[in-house]
Amino acid sequence: FSENLQCQALPEKVKIVEVGPRDGLQNEKTIVPTETKIHLIDMLSVSGLPVIEATSFVSPKWVPQMADQVEVMKGICRQPGVSYPVLTPNLKGFQAAVKAGASEVAIFGAASELFSKKNINCSVDESLQRFDEVMKAAKEAGVPVRGYVSCVLGCPYEGKVAPEKVAHVAKSLYSMGCYEISLGDTIGVGTPGSMSEMLEAVSREVPVNALAVHCHDTYGQALANILVALQMGISVVDSSVAGLGGCPYAQGASGNVATEDVVYMLHGLGIQTGVDLSKLMDAGAFICRSLNRKTNSKVSQATCKL
Amino acid sequence: MGNVPTTVKHCLSYEQLIQDYPWLRRWLLQEKTITGHEYPEFVKIVEVGPRDGLQNEKEIVPTGVKIQLIDMLSGTGLHVIEATSFVSSKWVPQMADHTEVLRGIQRAPHVQYPVLTPNLQGFQDAVAAGATEVAVFGSASETFSKKNINCSIDESMLRFEEVINTAKEQQIPVRGYVSCALGCPHEGHIEPSKVAEVAKKLYEMGCYEISLGDTIGVGTPGSMFKMLQCVMKEVPADALAVHCHDTYGQALPNILTALQMGVCVVDSAVAGLGGCPYAQGSSGNVSTEDVLYMLHGMGIETGVNLAKVVEAGDFICNALCRKTNSKVAKARGRTL
Repeated sequence: FSENLQCQALPEKVKIVEVGPRDGLQNEKTIVPTETKIHLIDMLSVSGLPVIEATSFVSPKWVPQMADQVEVMKGICRQPGVSYPVLTPNLKGFQAAVKAGASEVAIFGAASELFSKKNINCSVDESLQRFDEVMKAAKEAGVPVRGYVSCVLGCPYEGKVAPEKVAHVAKSLYSMGCYEISLGDTIGVGTPGSMSEMLEAVSREVPVNALAVHCHDTYGQALANILVALQMGISVVDSSVAGLGGCPYAQGASGNVATEDVVYMLHGLGIQTGVDLSKLMDAGAFICRSLNRKTNSKVSQATCKL
Repeated sequence: MGNVPTTVKHCLSYEQLIQDYPWLRRWLLQEKTITGHEYPEFVKIVEVGPRDGLQNEKEIVPTGVKIQLIDMLSGTGLHVIEATSFVSSKWVPQMADHTEVLRGIQRAPHVQYPVLTPNLQGFQDAVAAGATEVAVFGSASETFSKKNINCSIDESMLRFEEVINTAKEQQIPVRGYVSCALGCPHEGHIEPSKVAEVAKKLYEMGCYEISLGDTIGVGTPGSMFKMLQCVMKEVPADALAVHCHDTYGQALPNILTALQMGVCVVDSAVAGLGGCPYAQGSSGNVSTEDVLYMLHGMGIETGVNLAKVVEAGDFICNALCRKTNSKVAKARGRTL
């Protein structure tokens, strides 16, 4: 066993994409007041995070939690050097987002046909066609677009998902013009085994420096999966402050991996993130108080002095 | 892409290459190991729930419940189940029924039931009660040693030497533990060389296996790597185990790191039993269920039936009126 292999394989810096205010809150049962959302984003903005996914321009009919998308976008105090991408499922959402001041957007594809149909009512290919419109408009407006692929390590309906299918969707999004593709283990079933198999397939089609991992911690595997991804050259990790957001497919289970726990691991590995862990924990404590719930972050739960 | 020369097509698309040469895919897959790391084919799980787990639970668990838990675990395929501890009941009231537990359990063939024996007295009581394997606990931190067992590391080694020598005479294998391997609640940072020194001492005295414990769960893959690098200079990898606490959520990546370095024995506790006495309300031991899920997902064999461990976890959590700490048990979604 090579002693040095593990150390040499890791990136020096990792970019954290904070998805708590969008992916996190979207999966919380309580509707969060607009001011609370704004305050959360403002606290996160000063913690050193380079990217904070602020809201989602989907129809409030489908996602009531994000109905205040325009007010949130207009109300936040944008820090220089921080990006605030928003979800835009279609052209209409894109136009509304730009009008509200968005300077970066994100689109969502799925590696599973059934999930695509159940989640956004169309096939994977149809969804990519929809996004084509968004991509064209974004290019014209000079707005960067991030692509998400969900169900990369398993689907709640189809079960196993072929790595080649993930690679196909990732490649399509990248070819269409997405600058980065975030690969999401939507139901958290992945392990270092399936993560590495999937990343090998995808990295043949999309350069590794354009890839990110979005791991859910539903089965406690997120940090191990992230470690393996880092060892394979990935240097962008999505996470959610306080591990906000449950799993709609596993009652009572956790969803997003907690940003605090990711940052703790990365710093322990000597990897730079630019994030101030204590300010991040303050933001997590704030939102948990507002939601009247306990944090999902183990780092926050522990009070051990070291 | 009809007019593009074949070689260019293949450079542009791996999919195209495989479509044209299907045999290549299987060959390429066989060549690879996960991310270029090698992993053990088999990992031995040492189940510490009934001892380390219950010892750190507030509720005193009735003897009958302890016995039933161990019996359920005995039917899961686990090879090692740490049954109880022969410490003075004055210090650890939870383990006061050590003799009844050891006598009451139904021992499965091919399963070991080690017990903790802090000193010669404990060892003799353990053997009288039927123990066939014991364990001793050292620390890499002087302060922790003094606060935990009232003596310095060197003094504790003398005590253990008595136990190990007596055990040798009776051909009873002894497992050694080193606590605070990645940090101490009192001293903070612990030098990897100190961990190596204590591990080496226990190994040379005759312990067949040394379990390195991240007692307060502060370790990360970074500190785990550095510590193991140091220890492996003194103790062979196949005599090492890792005992990770999940207090900071780092246990699974730490275990993964250890596996990448050649360790193939992992301690864990069903349902993640046992809190952390140094971090109020926090979790302690990593859950056996979550470890198994990861190992099986990597194609590593353990011989353990995950569903049966989940059942045992459900049983003890009901008995303790508490929720499981295992995310796998919580999720109970469709397994793939």
